[in-house]
Order: sequence, then structure tokens, then C-alpha cells
Amino acid sequence: MRYPLPTLLAVLTFLAPSWAWADWPQFRGPNGNGSIAGNDKLPAELSKKTIAWKAPLPGRGLGSPIIVGDRVVVTAASGPEQNLLQVLCFSKSDGKELWRRSFWATGRTMCHAKTCVAAPTPTSDGKRIFALWSSNDLICLDLEGNLIWMRGLTLDYPNASNSLGMASSPIVVGDTLVAQIENDSESFAAGFDLVTGANKWKIDRPKTANWTTPVVLKSGGELIVALQSSKGVLGVQPATGSEIWNYSKGAATIPSGAVAGDTLYFPSKGLTAMRPGSGGGETKPLWNERAQNPATASPLIIDDKVYIINGTGVLSAASRETGERLWRIRLKGPFSGSPVASGNGHLYIFNEKGIGQVVDLSGEEGKVVSEIELGETIIGTASISGNALYIRSDETLWKFGLPR
Amino acid sequence: MHARILSSCLSALVLAGILGFDSAIAKLPAELKQQIAAIQAVGPEGAGNPAAAIAFKELSASRTDAILPLLRAIESSGPLARNWLRSAVEVIVERELRSQKTLPVDGLRVFLLDTRQAPEARRLAYDLLAKIDPASAKKLIPGFLNDPSTELRRDAVAQLVTKGKSLTEDDKAAAIATYRKALDAARDVDQVKVIATELSETLGQEVDLPRHFGFLVHWQVIGPFDNSGRDGFAAVFPPEKKVDLDAAHAGKGEEQVKWQPLVSTNEYGKIDLNKPLGKLKEVTGYAYSEFVAEQAGPAELRLGCKNAWKIWLNGELMFGRDEYHRGQRIDQYKMSVHLKEGKNVILVKLCQNEMKEKWTVEWEFQLRVCDATGTAILSTGRPATPRAEAATK
Repeated sequence: MRYPLPTLLAVLTFLAPSWAWADWPQFRGPNGNGSIAGNDKLPAELSKKTIAWKAPLPGRGLGSPIIVGDRVVVTAASGPEQNLLQVLCFSKSDGKELWRRSFWATGRTMCHAKTCVAAPTPTSDGKRIFALWSSNDLICLDLEGNLIWMRGLTLDYPNASNSLGMASSPIVVGDTLVAQIENDSESFAAGFDLVTGANKWKIDRPKTANWTTPVVLKSGGELIVALQSSKGVLGVQPATGSEIWNYSKGAATIPSGAVAGDTLYFPSKGLTAMRPGSGGGETKPLWNERAQNPATASPLIIDDKVYIINGTGVLSAASRETGERLWRIRLKGPFSGSPVASGNGHLYIFNEKGIGQVVDLSGEEGKVVSEIELGETIIGTASISGNALYIRSDETLWKFGLPR
Repeated sequence: MHARILSSCLSALVLAGILGFDSAIAKLPAELKQQIAAIQAVGPEGAGNPAAAIAFKELSASRTDAILPLLRAIESSGPLARNWLRSAVEVIVERELRSQKTLPVDGLRVFLLDTRQAPEARRLAYDLLAKIDPASAKKLIPGFLNDPSTELRRDAVAQLVTKGKSLTEDDKAAAIATYRKALDAARDVDQVKVIATELSETLGQEVDLPRHFGFLVHWQVIGPFDNSGRDGFAAVFPPEKKVDLDAAHAGKGEEQVKWQPLVSTNEYGKIDLNKPLGKLKEVTGYAYSEFVAEQAGPAELRLGCKNAWKIWLNGELMFGRDEYHRGQRIDQYKMSVHLKEGKNVILVKLCQNEMKEKWTVEWEFQLRVCDATGTAILSTGRPATPRAEAATK
């Protein structure tokens, strides 16, 4: 039997896991856990030799670059009060700026000096870019930079803001954009229509500042969005916001959870793992390991291990199965960004001083094998795609890759 | 001389712009009018986005002659529609410049100098001009010193600050005059702070910052009322029902509380309830002030506060927010209000929570009355700003 090529490609695309796109479409990668398969030729050395290109940025930002096809997209905020919100699109191959769009913030832009208004990482469904800022301006552009829709969530919900700054990143799940707009006052999570930006659902959330990003896991055969907060983790249907399960024993409000398949590893009383079933109701943990205590950085999952970085800059590897610590090494901190990794057996992390560190994960314990000092503040997390690593500092977007 | 000629030319351009404004609107093609209307129809919770997206696609395919109508339409647009229009301009400009086309420079210059237009749109016009001819654009900056656009004004103030610094060493009197001019024009807090520091600390001058900003520094305060469990924010205590400055009320723990004067000597107008009422926790206080407006009209109440608060103007609740200790800054919250001619009464409710950390001690706010550009509106008969020395006596 012969099939037309487009049909075959369509079927293969449908069957392929998300990482097969080779894109990095959201905060901490396609799986939301910091890792991406493949990318075996990602350089283990970060040095001048492996800087493929760098591009100047017009304003600060903490959000990671996302990679969509041949494009790298980052957000920024500029102006004395960070009122000018920007989306910048670069060519993946040479760093040329393809387009730039600027928007006037419609919400409050006050935030702590360490963070900034461009704190959330944008996301993409492969056809559109969705960008959120601390001002709660939510914007959808096509890949050419044409505006598809805009929401001013603080216009709609005037007390939805955090004077320290918002930082949760939106994610795309199916045909819904999910965002946690959680704060001390008008706190909510919502699902937005990808095409129109209209609310598909909106639910009240705990009235507590929360900077965590939602993650997606398989639960009872369907994709469920896990919304983490100080109260715990709530599993909801992405299309409706309906509650599927709940974990009510509390969780962190800065580091986010990480998912591997049907299991969620999240910061709660140290690190907790759980595998919610389809039965609904209160979910019990598989294990809890108090010694594994993520600070600002979110956990990284790769293969059979989960990696966390604590408040003193110690990187620990633990068994995904039991939570047992396997090894730990001290890195040069402090860290606000999270570690990332690919199939090349190395972990990448940048500290706040702009020092990038590469940890070889192949031995009995981790070993720092490369360092680079970029000379600019870095509060964000790197991205990986096409055997290259992307990181944004306060003023520059960097690409690392093996020389051609 | 050169500056005078430039000024005359600019005046002529503005006049031309004003005369041409109405006719330009009238001449807009029907299609363009419809597209702009579709964008201006965007509303709350995503309303109008699909139609706006279609209009945007059509608009952004326009030639450069659509740029000025789009910029003009920003003035009559809401905060979301303004961004749609801006984005359409950006797409057109990006495409046309890549194709080596020229922008309507003269039209942009006229638009820039037309102060009836939206300040943000005029800044965008300036940025476009600066992209084409940075040197010519820079020459316009001194003329923006008292511009309604705070962004344009900012650049002119920055030039004066630079000039002031260069004069400080050799000509103190000229430096003082330059900084005074800069201060009069400055509206951005960071610039005001820099200028005030230079004037007071380097040049030994007195600077009346509360008056510059229009901070209200004379208040009557009462408390504490209860805020256990943070319930005080929603509770209605007697001052919310009626302000009677002679009345005594049952406060927290049945203690009788009375109104008392509180005058701030803080240079940024902070009204610190800890001073008259003590460093208390889980309490609510109220502050009352009167503002005499010379004439009725629009204004802004701008508040900085890290406690939960509510604010009423002439008995009407303007806004409230139940966030505690996440940060405070000048102009943190901007509320558009309408002042009536004569006496206006302002009531602020301020809740302190249960947190014990040292960064949760503050129980304070700073409130000013100004116009949309941040220019202070002063109460008629505003008393002289109290000096710190006098207050300690």
C-alpha cells in the first residue's frame, strides 16, 4: 500500500512525541522538565569557540528564548518603568533579527529590581507565539510577527497583579493556552482559546503570590495540567479547567514541578513524587524526600534521575524511583535559572553572575567540565534545540553550538 | 538664532498639521475607516479580537500612507486598540524600510509636534524619525521640555541634567538654574531624584519635593481598628460610614479611638501610621484629608502602598487592594478621578497584617493628586510644606 507523502508526514507528526519537533516551545522545553532527547552534538564545552552568534537585546528579560522551527523568540521590557513590552524574533542560523514588535503595557509594571516585567517565558504551538508579561498583557502573534490577539488581563481583572512581579509562564496544551495569574489578591488560572484569546475557562486560585509554571502529565490516559501553588497541586482538564485530582499538602511557590510521563516531581516538603490516577480525589505521594530541597531552580529530569539545586548551589542527583540521593556536587551560584539537559549526557546551568557551567552526568557522580563567564547578569534558563544551546542575559541573546 | 529658526519652522509645521488634521480624517478611505473601527472595537475578555485580527492583516498590508491615519487613530482608542494600531504601524514600517522605501517624514514631524495627539503615539513618531535621521530628531529634543508626553519630556530633561553636571564645577549659579529648570520639567521619579540630589547635596539648595509631586501631607488619622485574620479589609468600620472628626469610636479591643492630626515631613510624602498609632499588627487605620480644587475636572490620584488599602473620593470607593508587603513605590497605583470644584474629601483605609518579619513593619502610604502627565495639582491654599525640623519640635 502506498500513501501520499503529505499524508504519511501528517500521520508521523501526529504519532511522534512532542520532542521529535526538535523545537523548544516553552519554559524548560517541550516536556516542561528541562530536558530534550537527541541533540547529541550539543557542545560539552561553553567557550568563545562554541559561541555561534550573539545578538543585542533592547531590554531586560528573564524568560527563556523559545525555538520554533528556524526562529528564536525572546521577550523583553524596556523604558524607565518597563512599560514597553517587546517580542523579538531572530534567525536560528545566524542570529539576524527578523522582526521586533513593541506594545504599551496595559497593566502595572512594578516589580522587584531583581526580576523584571519580561519574566515569563513565551510559548508556541508551532504556528503562533504566545507572550505574557508581568503586567498581565497576553499577546498572540503569528511567526511573522502579525498580531492575532491581545488580552490585558489587568484591564479585565484589575486586582490581578503582584507588586513583586509575576513570573509564571503560559503553556499550550492541545488547543488551549493555560496561564496561572496567581497573586495575593485577584488570583486565578485560565484557559484561553488559541485562535481568539477568549476565555475557555477561568478558576479562582489560592490568594497567594505564586511564580510557578504549570506542567502537563498523562493521567488516566489523558493530558492533565498540574497547577502548583502554596496549597498543593491541582490537576485540571486543559480544555475545561475541571478538577480531576488534587494534592493538598502544600507545595513551593517559586520552583515548578517537572514531569516524566505520568509522574510529577514537585517541590513540596523537599521533593515529592506522585502519579495521579484516573480515580480523582486526593492524590497520595509515591515518595517524599526532605533532603532534596529545590530553591529557586526547578527540578530537571533526564533518564532515571531527577536533579535539583538547593539554596547553597549544591546540585544533587536522585533516583526517580525512590528519591534517594545518588550524588551531589557544589556549583558556583547563586542560581535563579534552572538546569537543562539533552541526550548528550551533560547538564547546563547559568548562575546570576553570568557564569555558565556544564556538568558531565555520565560518571559515578557529576563533574563540572566547562565554564564560561559571559559578563552579564543571567536570571533565566537556557534552551536547547538543533544541537545548540540558547541563553539570554540582561543585554544579549547567545547561541552556543559546535563550529561548522 | 538657529534654535529660533528651527522653532519657527516647527510652529509652521504644527500649524499645517492642525489645519490639515480634520481634512485628513475626512479624506480617509472608507475601507481604512472600517479597519480602524474594527480594531477600536476590541473590548474586555477578548471581545472583538477575531474582527480586529482580520482588520490588522489588511491594515498591515497597507503602504506608508496609512501610517499617519493609524497614528492619529491612537488618540481615540482604548489601551488594547492602541497596541493593535501601533503594531500595524510597525509591520508597515518594517516592510517598507526593508524595501528601501521612505517614510512620510514631513507628516511624521507634523504629527510629532501636534500635542493634541496621543503622547505614546507621538513618541512612536519620534522613534520612527530618529530611525531615519537621528541627528535631526535629536535637535527636536530641547523643544520637548514641557511636552505633554512624559517620554519626550524625559529626553529633554536628561539633556539638561547632563548640562547641569557639566556646569557644576565652574559655574554654580548656572548649574543651579539649569537643574531648577530640569526639576520644573521632570515628571519621572528617577529623574526627579537625581536632580533633587544634585541640587540639595551638591549645590546646597532647598528642594520642596512634596510640592513638586503634589503629595498630600496634612491628614487626620484614626485607629487602630481590628484586622485579625485579615478580615478588616472587608469590614466596615465607622469612618467608612461617616467621617466625623470629633467622634470617638470603639477600636480594636474596645479601646476608644479618636481622630488625630498627622503631618508628614517625609520628602516623598509618606504617611506613616506607625508614628501616631504604634507599631501594631493585625490592625486597620484610616486617614482623612481635604483637597480644594480650583476648578472641576479630571485628575489622577496616585498611591504608593505596601499594605492592603481602600480609597474613597467624596464618598465614592475608587479602588482597593488586599496585597500585603510585596513592595511600594511612588505612583504604584494610578486612579483616574473627577475632582469637583472646591472641597473634595479623601479617605484612605490602611490595613496592617500579622506578618512579623522586619520588612513587614511599614504601615504607610503616599498619595498625590496630579494630572495624567504626572504634573502636580495643588490644593487651593495648600499650606507650606512642613519642614522636618519643625515637626520634631
